[in-house]
Amino acid sequence: MSVILTEAEAKALLQKVLKYSKADECEINISGEKKGNIRYARNEVSTSGAQTTQNLIVQSSFGKKVGVATTNEFSDEAFEKVVRQSEELAQLAPENPEYVGVLTPQQYKKSSGFFDSTANITPDFRADAVAKSLELSRVQNLAAAGFWEDTHGYSAMLNSKKLFAYYPSTDVNFSLTVRTPDGTGSGYVAKGYSDVSKLDIESATRIAIQKSTGSVGAKALEPGKYTVILEATAAAVLLENIFFNMDARSADEGRSFLSKQGGKTKLGEKIVDERVNIYSDPAHPELPSAPWAGDGQPMEKVNWIEKGVVKNMAYSRYWAQKKGVKAVPFPNNMIVAGGTATLEEMIASTKQGILVTKLWYIREVDPQTLLLTGLTRDGTFYIENGKIKHPVKNFRFNESPVIMLNNLETLGKPERVVSTESNQNYMMPPMKIREFTFSSLSDAV
Amino acid sequence: MNRRDFIQIAGLSTGAFMLPGFANGRTVSPEALLEPGLDVAVKKRLADAALNAAKSKGATYADVRIGRYLNQFVITREDKVQNIVNTESYGVGIRVIANGCWGFAAVADAKSDVQIAKAAEDAVAIAKANSKLMKQPVELAPQKGFGEVSWKAPIKKNAFEVPVKEKVELLLGVNDAAMKNGANYVNSILFMVNEQKYFASTDGSYIDQDIHRMWPNFTVTAIDPASGKFQTRNALSSPMGMGYDYLQVNPKDKVTGVTTRYNMGYDMLEDITAGAQQAKMKLSAKSVEAGKYDLILDPSHLWLTIHESVGHPLELDRVLGYEANFAGTSFATLDKWQSKNFKYGSDKVTLIADKTQVGSLGAVGWDDEGVNTKKWDLVKDGVLVNYQAIRDQAKIIGEKESHGCCYADSWSSVQFQRMANVSLASGKTPLSVEDMIKDVKKGIYIIGDGSFSIDQQRYNFQFGGQLFYEIKDGKIVGMLKDVAYQSNTQEFWNSCVQVCDDRDYRLGGSFFDGKGQPSQSSAVSHGSSTARFAGVNVINTARKI
Repeated sequence: MSVILTEAEAKALLQKVLKYSKADECEINISGEKKGNIRYARNEVSTSGAQTTQNLIVQSSFGKKVGVATTNEFSDEAFEKVVRQSEELAQLAPENPEYVGVLTPQQYKKSSGFFDSTANITPDFRADAVAKSLELSRVQNLAAAGFWEDTHGYSAMLNSKKLFAYYPSTDVNFSLTVRTPDGTGSGYVAKGYSDVSKLDIESATRIAIQKSTGSVGAKALEPGKYTVILEATAAAVLLENIFFNMDARSADEGRSFLSKQGGKTKLGEKIVDERVNIYSDPAHPELPSAPWAGDGQPMEKVNWIEKGVVKNMAYSRYWAQKKGVKAVPFPNNMIVAGGTATLEEMIASTKQGILVTKLWYIREVDPQTLLLTGLTRDGTFYIENGKIKHPVKNFRFNESPVIMLNNLETLGKPERVVSTESNQNYMMPPMKIREFTFSSLSDAV
Repeated sequence: MNRRDFIQIAGLSTGAFMLPGFANGRTVSPEALLEPGLDVAVKKRLADAALNAAKSKGATYADVRIGRYLNQFVITREDKVQNIVNTESYGVGIRVIANGCWGFAAVADAKSDVQIAKAAEDAVAIAKANSKLMKQPVELAPQKGFGEVSWKAPIKKNAFEVPVKEKVELLLGVNDAAMKNGANYVNSILFMVNEQKYFASTDGSYIDQDIHRMWPNFTVTAIDPASGKFQTRNALSSPMGMGYDYLQVNPKDKVTGVTTRYNMGYDMLEDITAGAQQAKMKLSAKSVEAGKYDLILDPSHLWLTIHESVGHPLELDRVLGYEANFAGTSFATLDKWQSKNFKYGSDKVTLIADKTQVGSLGAVGWDDEGVNTKKWDLVKDGVLVNYQAIRDQAKIIGEKESHGCCYADSWSSVQFQRMANVSLASGKTPLSVEDMIKDVKKGIYIIGDGSFSIDQQRYNFQFGGQLFYEIKDGKIVGMLKDVAYQSNTQEFWNSCVQVCDDRDYRLGGSFFDGKGQPSQSSAVSHGSSTARFAGVNVINTARKI
């Protein structure tokens, strides 16, 4: 049997595994995935590989005693063994007061995240694409280092209350760093798509080349507060720290940026500029994602921040029950709404500012304020009177995305980006921010 | 360091999808973690099947790694067990050189000669295909074969022999102590790892190794409801290349002072008791005034600064540009090394790479390409003298042999150059921490690791910590908060004015050093005695949102 199962095959297999169950409740998750990659550096392929994985996870419960076991071996014998193992673990486990039982069948939104174009990528296709990119760098005597990874797979689940869900998906991520031979210039590009036919590797490569050659001869500017235009890739690594911290329980417990004095939370409060709208939607055409969570909860369109106000936090089913509210699962995607301005228009409307291609090594300095630190990298430019004037040396910043979104000037047109920190894909606009805090200079190129 | 893996594990509630390397493994019973793997004679037979198949298809070199990777995680919060996970992953990875080019293939659960020979043939086919794109053939530093040999980590107590119940009781006991001492919340965890690795190569080595690692860790949170402020304190433990013996409390492993720190034995109950009290104290600690300070850095903190600003920039693959698209390159370019006078640090600074250090995370007998491990200088009396290199890089820096620091995080991953334990040599003249502090007019004593960030060529960095104590006129006068320091690697190490003697030497380290695409994790230790750095730039990280 193939590792990537069709909906009918997945359902039949899950039903077979469920038959072994003797527990009060049982829930089975299954997934299969094929990944192919090429990595290159110094204009040569350094590694290439393919990886196939499959996994089956069984959760059994007796009352509130829960056990989880998993296997990567797909045989009848292994399936029975993993079910028995989860039951033994459940019998041995102490009661879990937070166990809320499995769900009954749910209705899901339609989301199409599987593209044959991506699923059918062959090693030759991958090598040809990378060869095109390499050639563009080689002819200009630049050094390219890049990584291409495509994935196709599915996940499915079935529980003892007959909830069944299935979702197939494909993804391709491509990233490239181009450096000048003397190491004084460096440029970067990253692109992520569900449908590989949208990936124009040559135009992506040209962006990295242009950033690389354009960043030679960087001048040092004094650290301080500057108006910045963050390209969408740079904005993503800051804003995702808001996304990761939308948990209601942590906020209620008083240990989140969404907590406030008196044991209260900021739900319903305006925390950022009113032009900021952040939502998740599994059916977003540019960023499709699974319309169900791992426990079968349906993924709806959820407004997390609307007109600058915290509209929703993520509630686990247990925490929602305890608080008497509707459960809201952590989203499978995130979309930051934007405006219509292009990056070029945003530059043209800037009197003085700094254009940031990429931010790197982002770490949380203070969870209370979401203060983050990190550095600019691979293309940082000074803008004067609406034009890119010259490249500048890289900066370290200390800034909170919450403070930053209060200092919002303009949101541009959202595009799909790959986080260079978490590898997650988002819809993200470039953004112009005033008084962004650069705290020191870096000699790194 | 790969932070995401750690967050995913620490934040784990139910399900075990996110454990590193888990996609290639399965959960097992705790008893199964004690079952012996394949007999060494069977492993030799399987290895020979791979090597012979590779050679018959035209490989000029081949190595095979038969790996069994065992993990146990016990995860709790307050009075609840959140998860207990036992995992096993077994498989075989085969790497070959054919037509002068590397090829690699791996196979899960392979226990027959036929399966393994097929994977070896796949690896040769991949090498031949890739050789079309190659410009320069791979050249390996020569390596003699060692015949049939073995190495076992010198642990006193295999952590998997300790019943899960005992581990749960330990964690629930320490959580209880935290709550009784003022914590509002506590998360605690035990990670235990056993790598059983068999390596064989066409050089004539058959190496059987048994490696153990252990990491007890916690976070306590204290909240002031009136102000809505919260503070945390993480464990001052270190991940170690040890068994459960790391949790055996022994007074000789304790370093007393402003707070107790630990050497080769960790008292989790004592540390969490202090931790809960300190998290509360941090709520009312003085917010630091930004400026230049002398920093006194405890080994529980300094390990991470060594890791980021010395360990990584002196990895030869980074220097050469192989990591340019992800982790980055290095400021420590070959010309600086060739000059033989590049002052990486002051003359107090000697930094040593060591794959043999007992109790360290990186200690093994042989690396993942069959090279016997060793110890060598990277920076000697302040001057850059060497890098970390493996067999296909040794020639580039004029070395006749590899440094023995090649590693793969799974049988399914390709081995590549990874960081050895990199440590700061202790001061040669007797100096205690107390005497060091006596001499400081305006300083901050930092204990424990916190937030960390460094640029892609390893110049500019910023580090936080767990505990900060203000030093005025030779005395500790109180606790500080909102502290982070920023510096430049070369400036920072040249500002090192004193290093305590080896009575204070301790190891810190990471389970999750991330590198490569797709990313691989590696565990590595960094030792030092407390060291003093003069006039370092400290910033205040307090903000209002």
